Amino acid sequence: MHQTIHIATKEFKDYFISPIAYIVISLFLVITGWFFFSTFFIFDRADMRNFFALLPTIFSFIIPAVTMRLFSEEVNVGSYETLMTLPVSFRDIALGKFLAATAFCGCMLLPTLSYPLFISMIGEVDPGPVMGGYLGALLLAGAYCALGILASSMTRNQIVAFILGAAICFALTILDRVLFFIPPSLTELIGFLGTNTHFQSIAKGVIDSRDILYFLSVMFLGLFGTYLVMQEKN
Amino acid sequence: MIQVNNLTKYYDSFCAVDGISLEIRQGEILGLLGPNGAGKTTTLRMLTGFFKPTSGTIKIDDLEIPKDTLEIKKRMGYLPESAPLYHNMLVFDYLTYVAKVRGLAKEDIPGRLQELSGLCGLADIMHKSIDALSKGLKQRVGLAHAMMTDPEILILDEPTSGLDPNQIAEIRAIIRRIGKKKTIIFSTHILSEAEATCDRIVIINQGKMVADDTTENLKHRAEKGTTFSLALYGETGKAPIKLLNTLDADLDIRQVAARETGTSLYEVKTGSSRDFRKDIYLKIKETDWVMAELTRESQSLENIFQELTKGA
Repeated sequence: MHQTIHIATKEFKDYFISPIAYIVISLFLVITGWFFFSTFFIFDRADMRNFFALLPTIFSFIIPAVTMRLFSEEVNVGSYETLMTLPVSFRDIALGKFLAATAFCGCMLLPTLSYPLFISMIGEVDPGPVMGGYLGALLLAGAYCALGILASSMTRNQIVAFILGAAICFALTILDRVLFFIPPSLTELIGFLGTNTHFQSIAKGVIDSRDILYFLSVMFLGLFGTYLVMQEKN
Repeated sequence: MIQVNNLTKYYDSFCAVDGISLEIRQGEILGLLGPNGAGKTTTLRMLTGFFKPTSGTIKIDDLEIPKDTLEIKKRMGYLPESAPLYHNMLVFDYLTYVAKVRGLAKEDIPGRLQELSGLCGLADIMHKSIDALSKGLKQRVGLAHAMMTDPEILILDEPTSGLDPNQIAEIRAIIRRIGKKKTIIFSTHILSEAEATCDRIVIINQGKMVADDTTENLKHRAEKGTTFSLALYGETGKAPIKLLNTLDADLDIRQVAARETGTSLYEVKTGSSRDFRKDIYLKIKETDWVMAELTRESQSLENIFQELTKGA
């Protein structure tokens, strides 16, 4: 467990040593800020529904950029060998990297907490959906981080890892919007597999254990898949 | 202390390591030699638990890979080939991180880093970024990484490859210094290096072990007969050949080009392992020739290596 924390701390610091953190955070804030506030006054509602509606799509492109280097760079530089021969298990490594990436996404969301503060100055904000939205955002970020890590473990090229990760995350995001292509008998199942419905239901302030369980399963499957991929390499 | 039994590794259908069995005692410095692609790195990676063997067992004391890999990793320091480290970190930060992951107590870390910095000569580069270091310096950081918790076993994969002669000498000196107490396994394809540092040499070729012996024994094994070289002052012509032939009729004596002006050089070859130096000296003493030098030439490890790894 100590090892997990040491690895997570190191990976988390790594983000802020390189310019990557600042670029990704700025990009995220500009994109979400622009899309959210450009329509905010037109709708004239004191809530953050539009912000959270956009989040899965934006996350599915931003988070793979956060996770793309986690395994691919290690394998490419060869430091994965150095890391694996330290007295740590693969679980420590994967969990450490996952926690670091999720914590980084938390940092990315942190400045957006100012939105509800500003909105509350001009109108009554219902705290339930906002809190639910942020909880859902963290769960969603965790799930996408795990999938991004899986993509990163599949290749030693960071660009390929990013594209692969974005493809997986985006596919899961839009899954519930392409249901009309799918035979009616399968719509319910396929709809359940997409991230968007689960996220939007939490973001409404309805915290259902099924939604939480869904995100935890995606995280687990992503990391377990990473384990299998890396195992195959040795 | 380390027992390797019938270790085999296949990459798909390619056999990289084919049935290697070894026993390594505590405090031994073992050199793993072989041409490029012989399976040295694969063998070392399996010893560290990084690669899974296709078949065969590795036991360290009473621990076994892969069952006790975590415990084994604690006792082992490993420097992979070309020391892959995190490029964006400072040397100090990197070593602190390794110390923490290896479970050193927080208050012991500064002391240990200081010791290692002395041992590996890192004092000047502690606060430099790793990607700004030259290959030799990276290698030293890698050594410090491997020795962090003073492990019982050190595995070094080509620790001197790509270094300049001064750096090679330094790394060898470090290996010898720490090798007094530790079990060290290192791979190299430089023979003189193995000769200078190892107690024991294992040569592998195309995944198979072709030799496993002490450095001394290996040399003797190759000595099919001995060559002596004798130099006399002045132009002594053919006369010494005739004289030395009276020692033993089987001696093959030839005059060769002199290395120094004003001397004559002879090569005396014998098929037996007998040391003829004394006989030659006494024979020359009876005459009025003056001896400039008399040496026994031993066959170098290069010849053995070439012989054993033919067809590689």
